[in-house]
Amino acid sequence: MRKAENDRNRCVACGLCALRCPREAIEIRKGCYAFVDITKCVGCGLCEDACPTGSIKVKEYEVARV
Amino acid sequence: MKKGRKKHWYEYLWIWTIVYFALGFFNILFAWLGMIDFILPLIFAIVGGNKWFCNHMCGRGQLFWVLGRNMKCSRRKPSPKWIASKWFRYGFLAFFLTMFGTMVFQTYLVFSGAGTLRKAIKLFWTFKVPWQWAYNGSVFPDWVAQFGFGFYSLMLTSTLIGLIVMALYKERTWCSFCPMGTMTQGICKLKAGKTKPEA
Ligand code: SF4
Ligand code: SF4
Ligand code: SF4
Repeated sequence: MRKAENDRNRCVACGLCALRCPREAIEIRKGCYAFVDITKCVGCGLCEDACPTGSIKVKEYEVARV
Repeated sequence: MKKGRKKHWYEYLWIWTIVYFALGFFNILFAWLGMIDFILPLIFAIVGGNKWFCNHMCGRGQLFWVLGRNMKCSRRKPSPKWIASKWFRYGFLAFFLTMFGTMVFQTYLVFSGAGTLRKAIKLFWTFKVPWQWAYNGSVFPDWVAQFGFGFYSLMLTSTLIGLIVMALYKERTWCSFCPMGTMTQGICKLKAGKTKPEA
């Protein structure tokens, strides 16, 4: 199963991924970074497609540290 | 942006960005309205500890999306890694604030009478563009107009940089190093630091 994973150190908390996500799985935590709720994420990749910094990526769930 | 969801009024603020530049073309005093886009994000960050402004109501970010994605003016290629690196982001913020300070100082010179009003826009902090049609005197003292010219220059320059990186890379690449974005995220991180958001 594929899920989105975010690099919190790279993320600029612009919030574009959260706007794009069709499942409302992303929340911008305290203006610091985007947090992905993996129980809601369906791995569609719309967040990755929009992200300007390349910090959010859809990865294989087993490999991804969540 | 999502299908089947009710649109909020603030999703149309990209129109405001265009209106802003149009107003400043006719009368430079309107440049002062841009202060809203400066102060509001800071209020959200300092009081609320969030980036609600960036996340929902920044007209500039929205404009890059509308032009880049909806109107296909972007190559949509990943940007070079250094653009979103901490040193570049904070370096650009420092540079931007220095330039802002210089602009305020020029306003002060006009205020104190040591300088005279220059009816020009400076693009990329280098190129002077005559803009004299946008001001023919008003009830306000000259320094008010001087600030207008300076602030408008800053807004136009940053939007032009944003448009260039929009065309070259991802639509909202500007947001990776936008000084307001960096500043508000920095404030939020400081605020959240006490409660360890990274944990
Ligand atoms: S992959 Fe799709 S569902 Fe998952 S967080 Fe990104 S946009 Fe949302
Ligand atoms: S789009 Fe990218 S940089 Fe912006 S909040 Fe989402 S993960 Fe972070
Ligand atoms: S990072 Fe800058 S341009 Fe992007 S949404 Fe925030 S204030 Fe607007």
